[in-house]
Amino acid sequence: MAVKTLTINGEQYSAQEGESILSVARQHHIPIPTLCHLEGLSTVGACRLCVVQVEGSPKLLPACTTKVEEGMVVTTSNTKLDKYRRMIVALLASEGNHVCAVCVANNHCELQDLAYQVGLVRVRYPYLYPDKKLDATHKEYVMDHNRCVLCTRCVRVCDEVEGAHVWDVAGRGINCEIVSGLNDNWGNSQTCTECGKCVMVCPTGALFEKGVTVSEMEKKKGFLKYIITARQKKEWVSISND
Amino acid sequence: MSKIITIAPVTRVEGHAKITIHLNEHGEVQDARFHVNEFRGFEKFCEGRLLWEMPGLTSRICGICPASHLVTSAKAGDDILSIGIPETAEKLRRLLTLGQWLQSHALSFFHLSSPDFLLGFDADPAIRNIFGLMQSHKELARRGIRIRKFGQQIIEFLGGRRIHTPWAVAGGVREPFTKEEQQKLLEWYPEVKETSLMAIKIIKEVQEKFAKEVSCFGNFHSLFMGMVGPKGELEYYGGNLRIMDSAGNIIADNIDPREYYKHFGEASESWSYLKFPYYKPHGYPKGIYRVGPLARLNICDFIDTPLAEKERQHFKKLAPSTEAVNNSFYYHYARMIEMLFAVEKVEELLRDPSIFGTHVRSKAEINKLEGVGACEAPRGTLFHHYNVDENGVLQKVNLLIATSQNNMAMNRTVRQIAMEFIDGPVIPEPVIPEPVINRIEAGIRCFDPCLSCSTHATGEMPLDISLIDVDGNVLDRRLR
Ligand code: SF4
Ligand code: SF4
Ligand code: FES
Repeated sequence: MAVKTLTINGEQYSAQEGESILSVARQHHIPIPTLCHLEGLSTVGACRLCVVQVEGSPKLLPACTTKVEEGMVVTTSNTKLDKYRRMIVALLASEGNHVCAVCVANNHCELQDLAYQVGLVRVRYPYLYPDKKLDATHKEYVMDHNRCVLCTRCVRVCDEVEGAHVWDVAGRGINCEIVSGLNDNWGNSQTCTECGKCVMVCPTGALFEKGVTVSEMEKKKGFLKYIITARQKKEWVSISND
Repeated sequence: MSKIITIAPVTRVEGHAKITIHLNEHGEVQDARFHVNEFRGFEKFCEGRLLWEMPGLTSRICGICPASHLVTSAKAGDDILSIGIPETAEKLRRLLTLGQWLQSHALSFFHLSSPDFLLGFDADPAIRNIFGLMQSHKELARRGIRIRKFGQQIIEFLGGRRIHTPWAVAGGVREPFTKEEQQKLLEWYPEVKETSLMAIKIIKEVQEKFAKEVSCFGNFHSLFMGMVGPKGELEYYGGNLRIMDSAGNIIADNIDPREYYKHFGEASESWSYLKFPYYKPHGYPKGIYRVGPLARLNICDFIDTPLAEKERQHFKKLAPSTEAVNNSFYYHYARMIEMLFAVEKVEELLRDPSIFGTHVRSKAEINKLEGVGACEAPRGTLFHHYNVDENGVLQKVNLLIATSQNNMAMNRTVRQIAMEFIDGPVIPEPVIPEPVINRIEAGIRCFDPCLSCSTHATGEMPLDISLIDVDGNVLDRRLR
């Protein structure tokens, strides 16, 4: 496989052909905030938090879906990028009902972490306070649409890793939401194996275990690496959840 | 034409309120009302949420007694899950409740009321507060702050933070207690006990000094309601309900708190957001009752800690023979006896080896669609009543809170004080003398009302603002 050389934030790096900008950045500990991306799942470029500036490109490009090219000059952080990222997190926060203080995922939430990471101190958009569903029909788990940021990680992990394909995306724009089956209650799903993978990869308190209380829903994502390595390399690595 | 004089807002009462004094055609006080204007729709917005979230959600209702809401909500959850919680969990919840009592009673006495007592009701409001007290009674103010901290420390150790702790959950509690925390509290304990005894001494002196205030600060007949333990002892966490009349007769006993709604109704008045609970068999407004320290000390047969029991016997002597102590000024004394009780009980619990158990949480599924939790919050009996669907999603929430149960009594108190201290016509100069304002505020403070949590309903209450003269003519009316 051909090696490509590129510049990120003024430093030169080499990368494999077909690799994403995000992957190279991660290898070299260059921070780029992400939300929809999760190592082990396919890449969809849905959240736009990972946008970077590439010289010669008129628009900002998502680092997770953009492949490296020879001679590419990439900037991962500047005033404009930082501002856009803050805007994205603020829009996500104002679009749902994210009341961290009483949320099951408080202190274990990627949306919260992102807010810190991008330096979001004030949301300037009006909060929409939508009246969204809470689906508690599943025996083990709960889906609270109020906290869903539509990253589709649940959809992908269920389809690609568990092979059950319980979740899908329905509706458009502000009415877009994650549905189970053909927009039925999760508890009626014939295909859900109750494995809990979707709950663990969900970045927020949208998916959680029934019975947890404020701050108790810790998401353990280590299983993903374990399963992927086992499948691809027939190696059974130890699970680490950090 | 009658005139209305308004005092707003009441200072040093948690939350916001408004009082109106209604005059008759001669300019004399005819009526006075205590209005609550703050509006927080907790019951409504809890609907659609999950049972397990409720302790965390409802503990946010109020910054003064979050632990009481937490425990009560967890108990309503236990009821719906239909499980008994581990022994250690119950003891730790008890400890938390006592921490809440200490914290809140200390706040009421030292921070809010003792400036009136020690600096005088008519001292300049600018110094009649905890800061003024720091100048004049430094040691006492310091001790007051420390005993409150002790209560907060208990809550913090158990819950991991001082206010809004999400630690009690349906089925038990989240974390066990540690030896290290016990040691720290025991070391602190002697000072707390001393302060508590000091407070008793002070309040007794105050009662002698302010004979006139004592006689009219809500001195009237009403029922008293609260929990008692299985042997009739003062109770704060579990127990059944008892109702006593002002003559000291027990008129209902052994009521399962789950059946509270069969015994108490809630009336609304267009001029207040606070509901007016009443004892159903006596109807509204005859079924006026009081809850909280005064009620609890009236209804119990004894206190099962020695020092507090000794004080209770003094307290009983404030009323002739077997009568209940009817004077609301004695809320303060009762509160301080309870503080002493809490201090003694905390020690008892801290020395109980079973508080170190590690099995503190039972788990179960939804086993019932309705549940009630009740506990004695610092200000009186607190009820959480939930209806859920089979998945644990809340369909209906009713919270019956101490301050609203004292609502009628607070109105009576305000009226009584206004009539007593404004004698004769106020017209042509409709101003309320400063001493009257001070006394009305102090009268309300006997009940230690916490207004933010008691105005939690939404949707049902009409907003009707009327100005009515003595002949019943509506001079002005606004509807919303
Ligand atoms: S629990 Fe497992 S099978 Fe069920 S929806 Fe989630 S990922 Fe799919
Ligand atoms: S439920 Fe969670 S994982 Fe699924 S789309 Fe929403 S936020 Fe993402
Ligand atoms: S992480 Fe790249 S678009 Fe979401």
